[in-house]
Amino acid sequence: MSEHFDAIVVGAGPAGNSAAYTLARAGLKVLQIERGEYSGSKNVQGAILYSDALERIIPDFREDAPLERHVIEQRMWVLDDESYIGGTYRSADFSKPPYNRYTIIRSQFDRWFSKKVRDAGALVVCETTVLDLHMDGHRVVGVRTDRENGSVYADIVILADGVNSLLARKAGFHGELKPKDVALAVKEIHFLPEQTIEDRFNVKGTEGVVIEMAGKITQGMVGTGFLYTNKESVTIGVGCLLSDFKKSKIAPYVLLERMKAHPAIRPLLEAGEMKEYTAHLIPEGGYNAIPAVYGDGWLMVGDAGMFVNAVHREGSNLAMTTGRLAAETIIDLKARGKPMTARNLAAYRKALDESFVMKDMKKYKNVPSVMDKNRQFFTDYPHLVSHAAHTLLTVDGMDKKTKERAIRQEFTRTRSRFGLFADAFKLWRAFE
Amino acid sequence: MMRIEEKLFQNRYRVDAGRAHIEITDGDICAVQCKEKPCTFCCPAGCYAEDNGGRVTLITDGCLECGTCRVICGEHRNVRWEYPRGGYGILFKFG
Repeated sequence: MSEHFDAIVVGAGPAGNSAAYTLARAGLKVLQIERGEYSGSKNVQGAILYSDALERIIPDFREDAPLERHVIEQRMWVLDDESYIGGTYRSADFSKPPYNRYTIIRSQFDRWFSKKVRDAGALVVCETTVLDLHMDGHRVVGVRTDRENGSVYADIVILADGVNSLLARKAGFHGELKPKDVALAVKEIHFLPEQTIEDRFNVKGTEGVVIEMAGKITQGMVGTGFLYTNKESVTIGVGCLLSDFKKSKIAPYVLLERMKAHPAIRPLLEAGEMKEYTAHLIPEGGYNAIPAVYGDGWLMVGDAGMFVNAVHREGSNLAMTTGRLAAETIIDLKARGKPMTARNLAAYRKALDESFVMKDMKKYKNVPSVMDKNRQFFTDYPHLVSHAAHTLLTVDGMDKKTKERAIRQEFTRTRSRFGLFADAFKLWRAFE
Repeated sequence: MMRIEEKLFQNRYRVDAGRAHIEITDGDICAVQCKEKPCTFCCPAGCYAEDNGGRVTLITDGCLECGTCRVICGEHRNVRWEYPRGGYGILFKFG
């Protein structure tokens, strides 16, 4: 493995695959290195696939990609201990092709994507861990793998090595991740007969439902839960800031078990067979946590660059888009005979800034700190809202005006009049 | 409540026997300097445990390779953390 490549891509998640595919399609000599036994065997996600980002890379992906269900209904639940209150959006419009989003199973989907990368002409080497970057002064010139004589060289190395990105840290490009900038998510997949899923979630064919949850299930921690329907399984998971897990001393798997036992959730999983338990860090530090994403001879894409929009639960589409934009930057420089210097690669950052990726990251840049400083959104409000609904919906001879007064009093008693106003203002500022 | 061992039992691993990809650098730091020992309750696979003498033991066989222990030990920087050799470690069936 001592030949020279135009580009080396480290990692075969959505970011790495998008980059490798785009580069190979343009005729560049590409080597992609993946540590798993096949592309996808180390990768974890909820998982929702947003069509748009993939369509811009593989327009006809629907023809053979392994997709589970197209999402026609989204539920948002705010949970109290024994109850939930929520909103649902369901539209027959979402059942008209081309579908906007799908649930997927990552080990299958990534394997499919990897085949596309190979078919496009890239050399994909699996079961190989990249240990270090080879440097020539400040410039990255290649990688050292755990294979015998495992050094390979290229004009550019794309770091698509995921949230931990050991390579960037070992090379000194980045400092260590902070516990407040990552969420730890744990997830299980439960298998159920297709018919049971259709009946339980009121869908048919390949229609599917996603449920996003917040409130008491995270026990005061900043975080959310989710439940997604696949063809013959549902995935259920919960993620909270790692700094909060540290403070709460609640083990993540205990949190998941408690969530599964919630009276609104338990019936949805009943009789399911749990077949895998996974965990993953999600970079949720937002815009302010984005590190340097390019330098002499290297570019960074996907989770490694902290490209996750936690507010909208979007990550894989940002990964694919950053992978594509990185590849397009390289293709352009190559075509113009320009070297892969930091100065030239700044075009990647510019492309990011002009895309939805940075615009969205910027829009929500204050959300992480607002959530961190205002725990009431995860504790007091779920209880207040749910209790208000309970009061209003219990018919017990009390007149409605008295009920409304009781609800108002409970709100002001918990948060004070000024506090309620301030909370509304904070939310508006964070999400405006 | 399902125990963590039962959860991990559903997973597929190829264990690289005798070559743990994570090691505690200095056991004394855990025992003496680290009061909280967050690895013992934050690790989603329960790989870390505190023994009666206040020392932390680590068994990486069930590791999910998430990186939690690496990040949570930021204060003491006391875990040597590498990915397993290519092809080894957790092999997600579904992911």
